[in-house]
Amino acid sequence: MMLDELSQSRARRTLTAGSRTLRALRLDGPLTGVLSLIVAIGVLVVYSASGQNVRMVEHHLGNIAIAVAAMILLARFSTPQYLRLFAPLAYVIGVLLLIVVDVTGHIGKGAQRWLDLGFVRFQPSEIMKLAVPMLCAWYMHERPLPPTFKDLVMMALFIAIPTAMVIVQPDLGTALLIAASGLIVMLLAGLRLSIILLSIPLLLAAAWGGWHYIHGYQRQRILTFINPESDRLGAGYHIIQSQIAIGSGGVFGKGYMHGSQAQLDFLPERSTDFIFAVIGEEFGLLGQLLILSLYGFVIGRALYLAMQGQDTFSRLTGGAIALSFFVYVFVNSGMVSGILPVVGVPLPLISYGGTSMVTIMAGFGILMSLHSHRKLVGS
Amino acid sequence: MVRRVRIKDHWGERRIFTIRGIVAGVIVAMSLLTVAARLFYLQVVRYNYYSELSQGNRVRIEPIPPSRGLILDRNGVVLADNMPAYQLEVVREQVGDTAQLNASLKRLVAIGLLDADDLPDIKRTIMSHRVYESVPIKLQMTDQEMAVFALHRFQFSGIDIHTRLSRHYPFGPLAVHALGYVAAISARDLKKIDPATYAGTTLIGKLGVEGAYESQLHGTPGYREVLVNAAGRPVHKEGAYRPKLKMRPPVAGKDLVLGIDIRAQLAAENGLAGLRGAVVAIDPRDGDVVALASTPGFDPNEFARGLTDKQYAALENDPDKPLINRALRGAYPPGSTVKPYYALAALHYGVMTPDETIFCPGYYHLPGSSHLYHCWRHRGHGSISMRRAIEQSCDVYFYNVANKLGIQRMHDFMSAFGFGRLTGIDISGEKSGLMPSPAWKRHAYKDAANQVWFPGETLIVGIGQGYMLATPLQLAHAVATLSERGIAFKPRLVIGIRPPGSTRLVRLPVDKEPGIAGITPDQWEVVDEGMEAAAQPGGTVANISVGAPYRIAAKTGTAQVFSLHQNQKYNASQIAERMRDHGLLIAFAPVDHPKLAVAVFVENGEHGGTIGGPIARKVLDAYLLPDKAAPPRTKPMTGPAP
Repeated sequence: MMLDELSQSRARRTLTAGSRTLRALRLDGPLTGVLSLIVAIGVLVVYSASGQNVRMVEHHLGNIAIAVAAMILLARFSTPQYLRLFAPLAYVIGVLLLIVVDVTGHIGKGAQRWLDLGFVRFQPSEIMKLAVPMLCAWYMHERPLPPTFKDLVMMALFIAIPTAMVIVQPDLGTALLIAASGLIVMLLAGLRLSIILLSIPLLLAAAWGGWHYIHGYQRQRILTFINPESDRLGAGYHIIQSQIAIGSGGVFGKGYMHGSQAQLDFLPERSTDFIFAVIGEEFGLLGQLLILSLYGFVIGRALYLAMQGQDTFSRLTGGAIALSFFVYVFVNSGMVSGILPVVGVPLPLISYGGTSMVTIMAGFGILMSLHSHRKLVGS
Repeated sequence: MVRRVRIKDHWGERRIFTIRGIVAGVIVAMSLLTVAARLFYLQVVRYNYYSELSQGNRVRIEPIPPSRGLILDRNGVVLADNMPAYQLEVVREQVGDTAQLNASLKRLVAIGLLDADDLPDIKRTIMSHRVYESVPIKLQMTDQEMAVFALHRFQFSGIDIHTRLSRHYPFGPLAVHALGYVAAISARDLKKIDPATYAGTTLIGKLGVEGAYESQLHGTPGYREVLVNAAGRPVHKEGAYRPKLKMRPPVAGKDLVLGIDIRAQLAAENGLAGLRGAVVAIDPRDGDVVALASTPGFDPNEFARGLTDKQYAALENDPDKPLINRALRGAYPPGSTVKPYYALAALHYGVMTPDETIFCPGYYHLPGSSHLYHCWRHRGHGSISMRRAIEQSCDVYFYNVANKLGIQRMHDFMSAFGFGRLTGIDISGEKSGLMPSPAWKRHAYKDAANQVWFPGETLIVGIGQGYMLATPLQLAHAVATLSERGIAFKPRLVIGIRPPGSTRLVRLPVDKEPGIAGITPDQWEVVDEGMEAAAQPGGTVANISVGAPYRIAAKTGTAQVFSLHQNQKYNASQIAERMRDHGLLIAFAPVDHPKLAVAVFVENGEHGGTIGGPIARKVLDAYLLPDKAAPPRTKPMTGPAP
């Protein structure tokens, strides 16, 4: 309050007005600010990467509007209690929708990930990215931490059901993200180090088993990741062209809308999964480091907010949202720069494409709600 | 049983979360730093490498093929040029999907523009190109085909008629064995050529002048840099700016001027019409090949157009062997055409004098042998001198000459005239024929019994039979040398080269050979007189000089396809056409200052004088009396009128 009285400058007043609005909307100032910055950069990059396609940018802006609305609504109107009660319901609805998608997909042969409700099309698997960690957090909320063996089995089941359903779509990328979001809850809940170490050989065995189960193109992606040159024009093309784009950008980049790799279509999926390479080509190392720093700030701030959560549900959910976001960033930037295999994971908040944007912003809305609606207990 | 009830320890749980959260934060930081390090590696450490790759990605070098040099005859008549050819081309993406493409191709078959049998090949070709590339599916369309397509054009989207330069031979099959032809570059050609020089070129010279002078005719391709996107499609700008692109125009190939005179060539081919044979005419003053014909021939335009396997097989399996260049590759027994040379040899080595006579009873036998060697005239020539022996082609006289000379001297003397070795003409494929000798026989046969040279073999070689083989080109080269009295030139088809864009012809220097030395003018005179007499009434080839305003010297020859038994008589009517004797003729004119030497060879033509005389005369007339020769008519062009 001292601040209000002392500051006379208009800028200062505007700032205060802004922070008051944020507080009224139950949004976290620093987090909202940096998220907005990332989204704004995303709009500029999508304009360039799409080949100056104004319609795509308009569509992108529409997605942002929906995503921001979801974030604000969740931050403002949901409370930890409601969210906790809603978690099992969201999970069940999500599973039912996945069944619908899988069945219709089976009938209409080929990959089926979308659910068309007439007015809006979305991927039910996206719901699970939030519903799985929330259900795990809900489950652990009433139970003492760290989780017992039975708790772990239950959570593993919660994770395995939707993961398996998404794998058969087939959408390995999303399945991995769903599984990761649940595993994060298990880890944050205090999963013992001995179990973590013990699970490593089990995971390796599962990987070996999974190798025989996954689709040919998915297997090829992993093989190609190990040696991109083996398939220059096929699967290796993505990796090679992406690295050429990034590498040729140098420290300062070729300039906005001057990236030849991106502008001449050499870079595949350049406005979606490989948009990070466009940033690297046009804005160089500095541009990419800026983006990574902004992401780092978002993750750090989100973890900080999660730590301040009042109860187990809030902390676990918040932590899972923060770290899932990290997983997106790491998997995408790692894939684009060639240190991870190519998995269809978009660069969060920047890639063109609505569903993931809405999910992520909704997640941050929940995170901020959990933080801003905590009851102030005298300590 | 006491069930241990765990109660929630809120403080402890918060601690767990905080510690795990901090650990997670450290992992996050480390992971992001790993990515940052990777980016540093790509963008700073390997910047140059990736920068080059990116540059190579976006600029494609597109070749501009050069225009092939023209081929002209000695008077500037165009024998090979480049014509816009109209061809049907398909752009797959404009046609639609595979079903629509198939439907369009079927409609083209229905209106008669394509052959149903070719469809699988055509489809494969189309599919092997990128979707936006224009793929030729029918080359060199005729007026009628263009009209048919124009009528149905509305039914076809993505299919249209395009123009490009193709090789065109205005006279069709005329002089094809001298000119050669161009055809699609084969895998074997690719091993010999620099692919960069042939970028954008689809045709390459195969045989004849087209093949031998390929490097001169081809020219240098130009290039232009084209900005392309990842699909390889040319684009005008990348993002927001237009880069500078380089372009170098192509340099056309050099024009070649041949020694061929189109009128003499036409006369030769008209004379050979319907026959299997060859005519080679050489200007003895410089070795220029004035006519080089081999029949049957083929239309080289077909090769430029692209032959189907079936068409090519038909040419190759034709029993008349139209693809064989008989002028260079046909090695036949030269028969009596060798007699003037042996007469010279006899004078040169002093084994005979011109007026010394020999009695011809119609046969000859070696001393101490009962084997009879017949004269072609079974009742004999009686007492005969050298001039008369040449005029009448008396075999017995030349059995005597051969016997006196011996095979080694015959071999040495004939080799100096070029028998048994390549003439070195400036196109490839030439055969060397064979001038036998005891040394040759020792190498040629493995078993000792065959390695011995028999005296009888010398006699047979003395009348141009037996092991001796010569090509029509060698015959022409030898008679040219004879007519110039020992001055020899290497035969050549190309006499001048015109650089692109220039009107100045650079004449190639003549290639003089050692020739024949040590023969006196009197000795040459004897042979000339004998040959001139042969071309006069009473001679073996009297028909050649009927009404000729210039003096002609000639000598006939007949080469046995199979040998007769001792007492058998040759009866043409009883022998299958393919087993009949080959007819040969050599001639030069005018006798006093020779301007053209001709060799005529007619496969199974029986008698060289009867069949070869009129042919040689037509060629001589066409070259020596150009005003009387029929003006050449070009073959009607395939394709539309301009």
